[in-house]
Amino acid sequence: MVNSTMNRLSRNLTWLLSTLTVVVLLFGYKTSTGGGSLSAESSAVSSASTAPISGSSSTSSGSSGASSGSSGSSSSGSSGSSSSGSSSSAAKASSTVTGDVAQTRWGPVQVEVSVASGKVTEVQVVEYPSDNPRDAEINSYALPILIKETISAQSANIDMVSGATVTSGGYIQSLQSALDQAGV
Amino acid sequence: MSTATADRVVRRVAHVMGMPISLALRGRHAGDLDAQSAWAEAMAALKDVDRVFSTYRKDSFVSRLDRGALDVVDCPPEVAEVLALGERARRESVGAFDVRRSGRLDPSGVVKGWAVERAARPLRHHLDDTDFCLSAGGDMVCHVADPAREPWRIGIEDPHDPTRVVAVVPVREGAVATSGLAHRGGHVVDARTGRVPEALASVTVVAADLVTADIDATAAFALGAEGPGWLARRPGRTGVVVHADGAIQLVGE
Repeated sequence: MVNSTMNRLSRNLTWLLSTLTVVVLLFGYKTSTGGGSLSAESSAVSSASTAPISGSSSTSSGSSGASSGSSGSSSSGSSGSSSSGSSSSAAKASSTVTGDVAQTRWGPVQVEVSVASGKVTEVQVVEYPSDNPRDAEINSYALPILIKETISAQSANIDMVSGATVTSGGYIQSLQSALDQAGV
Repeated sequence: MSTATADRVVRRVAHVMGMPISLALRGRHAGDLDAQSAWAEAMAALKDVDRVFSTYRKDSFVSRLDRGALDVVDCPPEVAEVLALGERARRESVGAFDVRRSGRLDPSGVVKGWAVERAARPLRHHLDDTDFCLSAGGDMVCHVADPAREPWRIGIEDPHDPTRVVAVVPVREGAVATSGLAHRGGHVVDARTGRVPEALASVTVVAADLVTADIDATAAFALGAEGPGWLARRPGRTGVVVHADGAIQLVGE
């Protein structure tokens, strides 16, 4: 059903006569999804972004990545955050550093970073943003970042590829295939 | 409250309904048995959808509905739900999107996004503190559970050279869909004219859910030269339009 036939559009309007019964039923049903709003099921999708934070630790890059989030994406907004003080302490054998309170778009975040032998071993979030699902929803995705010249997937450091419907037949040669193999 | 897995991305791939399904996971459960189980559940959900909606299976509800062997009321409620989405898409796209082609009922264009959203449920609900990006043939649903982690970086394929990307969209919550002619000719037509649109090479839409993103990408593409203007008036959408001449246009607030 879905590959070369994920045909999204129909070719003409002659269905009007042939499927009148269906249409009538549809209009009866439609009231619950009318007005351009999403169905209840669909609209639930974007509200789940306020799960407790538990800090991601990065064992090779020190603590700067732990609380600053989207470093590579200028338009995604969390650039106001930063952790402080851990780079110098990384030289010590073992220590725990509490960063400054960082203002993120979800609210204030404070992160505690444990370092052993120069590597981050644990990241704890001391202060959480208060739940604000609406903000989270509004900020759920950012504007695309245009790339001046087309570049390869590898150099763009991307996780997934969105393209015109890829079929299983075409998948082998696709960028997504390369990404999937690299990750396994 | 700490995660030891950091940003390691664990990937899975399967082929369902003739389409590659790619999953990327990060976070607490990325590599464990819970993820394995949620992935199996997601694939089962897609296969269930196929059994109901496939236009290739003569015994599917949609095929029987199309033949007049069934009424909508005899089908599972999901059929009415999808058909209603199709009707919504037809109205909102001023007829460019239509689930009926050549007199046949084919809701595939709505089913895909709807099916992937359903397939994403076990990932969303059973894997706490775990980020996922679930892609079905280049259209995907993204979720980042932990604001401390980076957004997923979604590359937008260059329709003139599918080995390259023209843009990157950082996405935490939401969906990305692309419509175009990159992988096969002529599968999208303007339902109003029956013609393959020529003004655009591809349209990518980022929206809160994949049903919306998929429908809008397809409709904007089918609308051709009118597509970018139409898309710009849609609330809450952003997107990338690649014109047939290679020019790239960002759409959105």
